[in-house]
Amino acid sequence: MLVPVLFGITILSFLLLQVMPGDPVEHAMGTRASAEELAAMRRLWGLDLPLWQQYLIFLRDCLTGSFGVSLFYKLPVSRLVMERLPITLALALYSTLIGLAIALPFAVVAALRRGRLADVLIRQLFVLLIAMPPFWLCFVLILEGSLRLGLFPTGGVGTGFLQNLHRLFLPALVVGLSTASLIQQSLRATLIETMKADYVDTARAKGLSPAQVFGRHILRNSLISTISVIGVRVSWIIGGTVVVEKIFAVPGLGSLLIDAIQSRDFPVIRGLTVCFAVLVVLVNLLTDIAYSLADPRARMK
Amino acid sequence: MTLLSVQDLVTEFAGPSGTARAVDGVSFDIQPGEIFGIVGESGCGKSATCRSILRLFGGADARIAGGSIRLDGAGDLAAMPERALGHIRGRDVAFIFQDPLTALNPTMRVGRQIAEVIKRHRRVSWREARAMALQLLRDVHVTSPERRLDAWPHELSGGLRQRIVIAMALALQPRLIIADEPTTALDVTVQDQILRLLMERRAASGTAIILVTHDLGVVSEVCDRVAVMYGGRFVETGTTAEVLDRPRHPYTRALLAALPSRAMRGQPLTPIEGTPPSLTAPPPGCRFAPRCPRAEDVCSAGPPPPLMAHEAAAPRHLDACLLEGMR
Repeated sequence: MLVPVLFGITILSFLLLQVMPGDPVEHAMGTRASAEELAAMRRLWGLDLPLWQQYLIFLRDCLTGSFGVSLFYKLPVSRLVMERLPITLALALYSTLIGLAIALPFAVVAALRRGRLADVLIRQLFVLLIAMPPFWLCFVLILEGSLRLGLFPTGGVGTGFLQNLHRLFLPALVVGLSTASLIQQSLRATLIETMKADYVDTARAKGLSPAQVFGRHILRNSLISTISVIGVRVSWIIGGTVVVEKIFAVPGLGSLLIDAIQSRDFPVIRGLTVCFAVLVVLVNLLTDIAYSLADPRARMK
Repeated sequence: MTLLSVQDLVTEFAGPSGTARAVDGVSFDIQPGEIFGIVGESGCGKSATCRSILRLFGGADARIAGGSIRLDGAGDLAAMPERALGHIRGRDVAFIFQDPLTALNPTMRVGRQIAEVIKRHRRVSWREARAMALQLLRDVHVTSPERRLDAWPHELSGGLRQRIVIAMALALQPRLIIADEPTTALDVTVQDQILRLLMERRAASGTAIILVTHDLGVVSEVCDRVAVMYGGRFVETGTTAEVLDRPRHPYTRALLAALPSRAMRGQPLTPIEGTPPSLTAPPPGCRFAPRCPRAEDVCSAGPPPPLMAHEAAAPRHLDACLLEGMR
């Protein structure tokens, strides 16, 4: 399953760049370069070869794991990606934890008080959160949290775990708030559905306290469906948080991709596309594994 | 000594089309160790009646609007706060639900689900509770019980799951088990095994059982006494023999006439014409009058007729037919 998907991705990412307007050579050399200089550069980068040869070279680079050499950084693409991958993954994990921590209590309260004032207010709050453009939210947080209160730096990631945790907080919060909104909505709906389940009545019939019924039987079963929401969301966060990464100067994969597109750094774009594909497939796999751990019915023999 | 005494129970369900009185003035007594059947069509309020006893209404917006439910030594369950009722549920009164496929938590091993009720009411460790659960599985004749203890519900058949549910109900040796159509969702052969099991456990532990069913065959097989319910009210109660062999209320007769039997082989069954009454706006007078072949003008006026004894020889055989009283 994985192999044909990845193979298809290499072809797609290769072809997409061919139809993309702009020439990396012209971009790199500027407008004053002569035709000879441009041709020499093109030959050096292998862009004068027939398309099928260029593709085979790309495929070879993929298989050897280097994914080619960046036209702009003059470094192997794999090294650029590996430098930034941990930051992106950390941002994904951090923001998901924040999102979950925010969503959980609100979903529980909204489900328990469904249709009442608290539920309505919580819904409005999260609609507001998801409606706010992330760039605006970033600026508000920088203005308030960094400049006025001085609690957080305006950007960068720092070194060491604690410093990472501190510096990544604001970007993770921005991403996490949208995550929270998604999780809250889906978890609230699942909780309300699960409360009607027959086995919840069975649990009540045992004489369990409302808290035990809720924790052991309602919440546990409802959280299973949240796993897939998180899986989809994490797939999106990897590479999808360009705005936040740019504003907070977080050197993640998203900002690398935007830079590469701007400088027509074909090998980096291609390498990142393949990398995103691999990550999405891996996240899906992890989601399935988590799902089957949580729900015995989904477990394969 | 009466174990459970229900008096004038009224239970209302709030719905989009108004408040429905699913139970409208029901009274009955349960003696220790007896099996009391409640029969009637779907939607007649039999399930609501037994759910009212432990106030288990699922997700429905329901409340007990009147009456009392006195359990011997525990007081009025209807007036009891939720917390206090938690000590009764599972310990003094246990509940068996209709569909064993949905009554078990799909993400909890069955042994743990049985142990959970023991742990709730006894000061035991999980290990001890688990050992007790194992014994319970033996009691309900589950084969290779050690292995089943760690099974997930979806790995078990419907009959096996219902045995798990019954083991859960028996765990604290309750004085009363309420079984809401415990065999309806099962195959006929399995139905029989489950009924036998309930009878056997009753004989072993002396627990009383309220058995809700729409199956008169089940009633005649296992019940000591039976109540026939229609439109939220009891229309006839008595011993099983009294009610099934000498039915007095036209609805009971109609139910029996709609039942296939060996004596009637070759003759067409008589369906009950019309539809069950609305519980949001019940008809005046006798609820069954609009569908009753014998109804007269007097039947469709005034409050619904109460249950009364109409034969000196059978003082506990009660029915709610006005015409019976006038004969």
